[in-house]
Amino acid sequence: MNAATLMGLDEVLATFDPALGLEVHVELNTNTKMFCGCPAVFGGEPNSQVCPTCLGLPGAMPVVNAKAVEAAIRIGLALNCEIAEWCRFARKNYFYPDMPKNFQTSQYDEPIAFEGYMDVTIEGDDGEPEVFRVEIERAHMEEDTGKSLHVGGATGRIHGADFSLVDYNRAGIPLIEIVTKPIQGAGAKAPAIAKAYVAQLRELILALGVSDARMDQGSIRADVNLSLAPKGADKLGTRTETKNVNSLRSVQRAVIHEMQRHGAILAGGGSILQETRHWHEDTGVTTSGREKSDADDYRYFPEPDLVPVAPSREWVEELRATLPENPTEKRARLQIEWGFSDLDMRDTVGAGALGLVEETIAAGAAPQAARKWWLGELARRSNEDGVEIGALGVTPADVARVQALVEAKTINDKLARSVFEGIIAGEGTPDEVIEKRGLAMVSDDGALSAAVEAAIEANPDVADKIRDGKVAAAGALIGAVMKEMRGQADAGRVRELIIEKLT
Amino acid sequence: MSSWIKKSAAELADALAAGEVTSVELTQAHLDRIAAVDGDADSGVHAFLHVDAEGALAQAKASDERRAAGIPASRLDGVPIAVKDILTTIGTPTTAGSKILEGWIPPYDATVVKKLKDAGLPILGKTNMDEFAMGSSTEQSAFGPTRNPWDQSRIPGGSGGGSAAAVAAFEAPLAIGTDTGGSIRQPGAVTGTVGVKPTYGGVSRYGLIAMANSLDQVGPVTRTVLDSALLHEVIGGHDPLDSTSIDAPVGDLADAARHGAGGDLTGVRVGVITELGGEGYQAGVLAKFNESLELLRSAGAEVVEVSCPHFVHALATYYLLMPSEASSNLAKFDAMRFGLRVVPDGDPSAEDVMRASRDAGFGDEVKRRIILGTYALSSGYYDAYYGQAQKVRTLITQDFDKAFESVDVLVSPTSPTTAFKLGEKTDDPLAMYLNDLATIPANLAGVPGISLPNGLAEEDGLPSGFQILAPVTEDARLYRVGAALEALLEKNWGGPILDRLPELEGVQA
Repeated sequence: MNAATLMGLDEVLATFDPALGLEVHVELNTNTKMFCGCPAVFGGEPNSQVCPTCLGLPGAMPVVNAKAVEAAIRIGLALNCEIAEWCRFARKNYFYPDMPKNFQTSQYDEPIAFEGYMDVTIEGDDGEPEVFRVEIERAHMEEDTGKSLHVGGATGRIHGADFSLVDYNRAGIPLIEIVTKPIQGAGAKAPAIAKAYVAQLRELILALGVSDARMDQGSIRADVNLSLAPKGADKLGTRTETKNVNSLRSVQRAVIHEMQRHGAILAGGGSILQETRHWHEDTGVTTSGREKSDADDYRYFPEPDLVPVAPSREWVEELRATLPENPTEKRARLQIEWGFSDLDMRDTVGAGALGLVEETIAAGAAPQAARKWWLGELARRSNEDGVEIGALGVTPADVARVQALVEAKTINDKLARSVFEGIIAGEGTPDEVIEKRGLAMVSDDGALSAAVEAAIEANPDVADKIRDGKVAAAGALIGAVMKEMRGQADAGRVRELIIEKLT
Repeated sequence: MSSWIKKSAAELADALAAGEVTSVELTQAHLDRIAAVDGDADSGVHAFLHVDAEGALAQAKASDERRAAGIPASRLDGVPIAVKDILTTIGTPTTAGSKILEGWIPPYDATVVKKLKDAGLPILGKTNMDEFAMGSSTEQSAFGPTRNPWDQSRIPGGSGGGSAAAVAAFEAPLAIGTDTGGSIRQPGAVTGTVGVKPTYGGVSRYGLIAMANSLDQVGPVTRTVLDSALLHEVIGGHDPLDSTSIDAPVGDLADAARHGAGGDLTGVRVGVITELGGEGYQAGVLAKFNESLELLRSAGAEVVEVSCPHFVHALATYYLLMPSEASSNLAKFDAMRFGLRVVPDGDPSAEDVMRASRDAGFGDEVKRRIILGTYALSSGYYDAYYGQAQKVRTLITQDFDKAFESVDVLVSPTSPTTAFKLGEKTDDPLAMYLNDLATIPANLAGVPGISLPNGLAEEDGLPSGFQILAPVTEDARLYRVGAALEALLEKNWGGPILDRLPELEGVQA
């Protein structure tokens, strides 16, 4: 692939107005699939969670999963949408081997939810939070496709592959697709708004409890539409759609990349091809996928095998009553409760750790301690390993337990880091890791006392200085004792013992 | 020839209950008949694509054991049946009359098939049909045509010509058909048998290989009205696997038939549909139709003429909606997961394999409808074709609603003509489509309909059919009025019309 020519971002912004559009697919965590009774869980032997319906066998028919409709309505309500009184599923017809029926059962011109908005908070020019309203066009229900695995060839893509395998376990898993209206007037903030929108949407989905919302596993997938128009133009430019951008950071990077790529093409007198593009996480660039033009005709028509979905207003109101607190309002409340500075709060949200910190506090840790662990050691590991912080394998309960053990002086901060390593390595709970790795501090005064005496004996000069009142010299003896105890001692207690023995 | 095979299913059920015969004997008698007259693609009736002697006899044996233990599964337990090859049957081939499904063995039973098995009816085999139910003559079957037992140079109707011919030729006392635009009723008419298209949603479609989901309906194919009612009661009712199925009990249909067979229709208002008669209808068919109206009058019915002005657009509407749904339904036949796979030379892509397989696997009529439907749904044409057709469909439904305000049932000839010659219309799709002129409106509106034999046309001595239509979920009316007419006709004839069926030559299979 040829590296695209890019234009400097400042130059892009000086010449063009970007318009963004985000399509986010949320895989629901219902027990069963959208239109059949197969389990809808991640993983599983390929093609072990399939039946005539989700395999698209001749004669099989779909039946709507009521739990998925419920989740769709709750998402719609949380996004301040209208909920349709009557809507239908539609068939989106196109051929693809991982789509069993060669049509996707989706919704077309009758989405379950429409006309909503989400207020997105980003950092303003003055460093203060700035709220940007993203308007939601629609949220609709559909089914996921199967997953193709292209075997052989260098790229793992279909071109050059020797053969392809398809796993239909994912086929029919319920998806909610949330589509924004074109986001205009964002200027330089477009990349940040894109990221913040997906991040806040993810928080909202998690708060609703309707999805695992794991971007790394694809249970939330973002497609980024971007176009540039000459500054001040009324008309939107030609857009590209970058598919399956699978981390928050990548959402921002993909927007920047496409702005720079479009800018270079347009400034060079070229025109943008309306197409689907692939995002490459490793190199941070997009490459051309299939061309998407008006010739792409999905021949939508209402799904005749399903009856219309007509949620009663009573049901909708019942569901409205189950909505969790709005995450934006909740954040303001938590900041006050926890005594966090604006910076503390922004860092916590930025790291995607708000919910984790909240749960850790709920599990008994002090707010600052919870923040310290998640934004310190654990954020570091998450960056190093390239894993979402929530996917490290450390639970809020683990963090609260580690903090409690530090406070009880069973371990110190240094040992705590080793405990986290152990948890991440799959060695078990904090207590199990301490047990297995022998990490507990020696709290037995007898053993400590013996080590202190040995250190005094081995360092008579230092001992004399302390006897002469130069208490600061105790550091050398503490170091010797800690070395002897392999760090598993409470330094404060060691100091006390040294002073006791020498004065 | 065993005397049992000429009996109705109701008579066979009584004989089984009385211990006069076993299910194994009945099943074997029908298997023998199939072996004697069914032949193959080149000669004989060719009603069956697959005969499951072993499976049917095993089911019959189990039925006899239940009878012996005094725990029959249903009234029809032990009465054999044939099933149109468009319903999935676990472990036995299901082709829908298409090369593209040749050799496919479904891993699941259609709900209707499951109900038949649960009720104890041994399944003799799968019957021939136009490919994917697309046709009115069974000549579009990829496996060779079925021949009409009345005259083997003629068509048995379609798409369910196999089921109708099997019942007419005494190869099975009962059969299952499906009706999207007349595929149960029109074969019934041209073979002198009874066929019922229940109210849309009255019988589960789960496991029915869809042609047009909003029109398809499974129903009984029999020799008597009472038998249809008995079978309808077995297969009808709500199915959680089909969300379009009606969540209400199927009702006492056999009672309605028995009541009707008394022959008294006093107070019943019968509407003759103005638009379904006259020009284009064979004189002998119209003559038989008028004779039947006279019989209904004589039974006390009030016969009036009713206009359904939008019915003249039914055929055009149908030929937009049906292909649209079919074009999408048939997309799944792509050689990826089941069915015929043709791999072109060279280094073919998945798309190349799909294209080659579909090209080789689908017949001309299927391709014609895929093209029609794809076109009708295309961007820029949708509103003019599919969208407009849906509006006309609503108008046709409103015609029915209005008509049923003044009459209890509507009637017409089932098919404009008697059975035509094999090959006569295969090169003229429009002439073929016209066979369903009178049956299509019921599918568009979802109303139930029955066809029963009402005589032999004077000019050719072939059966004609009488169609009765009732409001949605009023299927019982079909059985009451149908059984009354049947009783009056048989009184005139001195017995069932199939008594006049020519002896079928034994053929060498």
